Amino acid sequence: MLRFTLRRIFQIIPTVIVVALLIFVIFSVVPGSFAASLFADGKRAADPQMIARLTAELGLDKPLMERFVTYVTDLAHFDLGTSFRTRQPVIDLIADRMGASLQLAVAAMVFAIVIGVPLGFLAALRPGSVLDTVTMVGAVSGLSLPQFWLGLLLMYLFALQLNWLPSFGYGDGSFRNLILPAVTLGVTPLALLARTTRAGVLDVLNADFIRTAHSKGMSEAKVVRWHVARNALVLIVTTIGLQFGSLIGQAVVIEKLFAWPGIGSLLVDSVAIRDIPVVQGTILVIVLWFLVINTAVDLIYAAIDPRIKQG
Amino acid sequence: MRLGFNFWLGAFLTVLVILAGVLAPWIAPFDPVLDADLMNSEMPPDATFWFGTDGQGRDVYTRILYGAQISLTVGIVSQVINSIIGVTLGMTAGYWGGWWDDLVNGLTNVMLAIPSLIFALAVMAVLGPGLPSLLIALGLTNWSWTCRIARSSTLSLKSQGYVQAAQTLGYGDLRIMFTQILPNMMGPILVMATLGMGTAVLSEAALSFLGLGIQPPFPSWGSMLTDARQLIQLAPWVALFPGLAIFLSVLGFNLLGDGLRDSLDPHMRTRKI
Amino acid sequence: MTAPLLHVKDLTLGVPLGRDFHPILKGVSFQIMPGEAYGLVGESGSGKSVTSLATMGLLKKPLKVTGGEILFKGQNLLALPKREMRRLRGNRIAMIFQEPMTALNPLATVGRQIAEMFVLHQGKSWGEAEKLAVDALANVRVPNPDRRAKNYPHQMSGGLRQRVMIAMALACNPDLLIADEPTTALDVTVQAEVLRLIKELCAARGTAVLFISHDLGVIASVCQRVGVMYSGCLVEENETKALFTDPRHEYTRGLLGALPRLGSRSEHGRQRLVDIDSIIADRSKLTETRFIAPRATEGSQP
Repeated sequence: MLRFTLRRIFQIIPTVIVVALLIFVIFSVVPGSFAASLFADGKRAADPQMIARLTAELGLDKPLMERFVTYVTDLAHFDLGTSFRTRQPVIDLIADRMGASLQLAVAAMVFAIVIGVPLGFLAALRPGSVLDTVTMVGAVSGLSLPQFWLGLLLMYLFALQLNWLPSFGYGDGSFRNLILPAVTLGVTPLALLARTTRAGVLDVLNADFIRTAHSKGMSEAKVVRWHVARNALVLIVTTIGLQFGSLIGQAVVIEKLFAWPGIGSLLVDSVAIRDIPVVQGTILVIVLWFLVINTAVDLIYAAIDPRIKQG
Repeated sequence: MRLGFNFWLGAFLTVLVILAGVLAPWIAPFDPVLDADLMNSEMPPDATFWFGTDGQGRDVYTRILYGAQISLTVGIVSQVINSIIGVTLGMTAGYWGGWWDDLVNGLTNVMLAIPSLIFALAVMAVLGPGLPSLLIALGLTNWSWTCRIARSSTLSLKSQGYVQAAQTLGYGDLRIMFTQILPNMMGPILVMATLGMGTAVLSEAALSFLGLGIQPPFPSWGSMLTDARQLIQLAPWVALFPGLAIFLSVLGFNLLGDGLRDSLDPHMRTRKI
Repeated sequence: MTAPLLHVKDLTLGVPLGRDFHPILKGVSFQIMPGEAYGLVGESGSGKSVTSLATMGLLKKPLKVTGGEILFKGQNLLALPKREMRRLRGNRIAMIFQEPMTALNPLATVGRQIAEMFVLHQGKSWGEAEKLAVDALANVRVPNPDRRAKNYPHQMSGGLRQRVMIAMALACNPDLLIADEPTTALDVTVQAEVLRLIKELCAARGTAVLFISHDLGVIASVCQRVGVMYSGCLVEENETKALFTDPRHEYTRGLLGALPRLGSRSEHGRQRLVDIDSIIADRSKLTETRFIAPRATEGSQP
């Protein structure tokens, strides 16, 4: 198990390197110069001298290869560069925002799991029932919802009309501020989890070993507890891992909507002002985060399913 | 091939969106951009303005009809690009194997490691806002699953008798891929593209909402919601209808895709009783 | 004469199709005495497995019993409340299935899966039950039972897994063991061992066996009496020996003709194996008549 864990952790490294390379390439082929766009506010032409000075200062006048070597060397020292705008180290900017983002993502996922998994389970145990139909209709609707629109509607209803919850912001970090963004962000994973849980449980219920369990004289409840739950969990855990990716992506929009001070809103703001080192750094951190979660999921998966460790 | 209720509901919604987009110039009562009239701003829905007016007095109904054009363009073009990239890479990787297969696999894994909306955001950051950049950004981001499916289908089709017969007859690799393999995996690819259209429409809306996609005053459903955010207290209909339009069209694509998949999936079909 | 342990009486079941009824079993009757090994033979789709599932009370949804009784020690199983039936199932009537690959939960150790029987029916604690499970594995002659009990199904061969199934089924010393094609999925050499195991263990414990197979040879090696099923009907029933020497029904003769026999070359040159020219008959047309004469072939004709 330890070897498996270490192997999975080391497998992250090449992916991160390639992603870093990819990000570097994308932001290097950009037409026009960053420095120019930094000054371009659309109102007046930028001063060419200013641009040249800034370009030199940011090291953007050096050849591509040299810049890449610097970039990689810095990365190896956990240096993500310096913000064009604030001149602060990118890693500090991200570190400041990381906590809020983690809080939101975890809260959204917990919300999705706590409601989605039992719902999918119950639906599968009573296929064709009202609960099943409602769950499935709800799931396909949830997957088709633009989340930020749902967020707007929730904000309108619970914050502006009913005045139950704050409409946006981090506040003092209280739970009340977290509720609306977390629920909004959790809806899509909830829908998908309900759907895959249902499909997974139905699959398990049709398996031969469930018939064996019944032939032992086990009650329905014990069959579910002893034999269905663990087998269905394999699929559920995989879905949770995959969902984290799109959840992190969506979090960018939701953080912006609710003015949540996470790395998502940092990313959007930096894209808007073309603060490239921050954009690069943020994306890299997000990818790393996603990879870490997927690795954790793989490890959980291996802990549940004894067949994995063999391979 | 039996297609259920879901498929037909999805087809109905899709046709509705297509009709809205295609017929917009004829059925829309106003101009989506030019008919701004600050005297008429934030009017609630009535007989003239079916869905009310926005902050600049433009008819929301008109803008939604025109918005369908953008959503459809984004959905279709991005999925065509996605499918071409995914199928080309997946099919050649599966057929030729070797180092090319390893390379494509590695690339796919890297793409899967980047959340697709984040990747699109990065591309938009480089290319700048606007429809062409959106098409490129969304066309480049979601091909990994298509690629995986194309690769695995190719692997299984490669061992089929008729493909091997074509090889024996001395057909070229490309000819075999395009005449023997591609037609036989169109089903799953089509399903992926249909489901991908929903994702693309959602991503377009999200990017436009963030101000990185379609720029005002052009009527994208997503950018209409950006304005709506400030107005939500005064004019909630400005937020309600564009979101509803996104929801119903994405629902349409998703139901259509699910329905197609269920009818194509032999596993589902043979599971009787 | 003693009372039969299991008495299946005129059992009729099938699938309701709208207003129609699609019959699968059409009035099947047979009896099994305590300690007796009874075989049901027939081609796939003839209704053998459904008969056993009905006895276990494990029929799946569209299948419905519409007539007859299944008496176990005089008690009609079909009329038994769910809870009572659960108490019998596994405890008094146990079952082994065809696929040892998939019939065991891949995510639980085999020891735990056997232990469940003791927890369910004998109220043991998990600790005690796991110890009893090791004994049960030893009883079916699994080498290193205490180590094997900690194995997962994927770590075992097909033959071992089927032994685990047998250990599980016999854990509570049932009165009746239903074995549904228990050796079909196994290698021939392993087949013989598993058959011997079932035969010896049941004989030693006085457990009656309902043995289901499409293979007359396998049935003959285990059972004292055989019922031949065809298209949802029990067409012939006899002592195993008598069935071989004096088959009465056309279909039985066909089955025997399909059996390879040692020394069949010597008498009049080479004898061909005969196949029963069988596609499963359209059952809806066979509700009235039990005869199958038109499609049976004579055993010895080429």
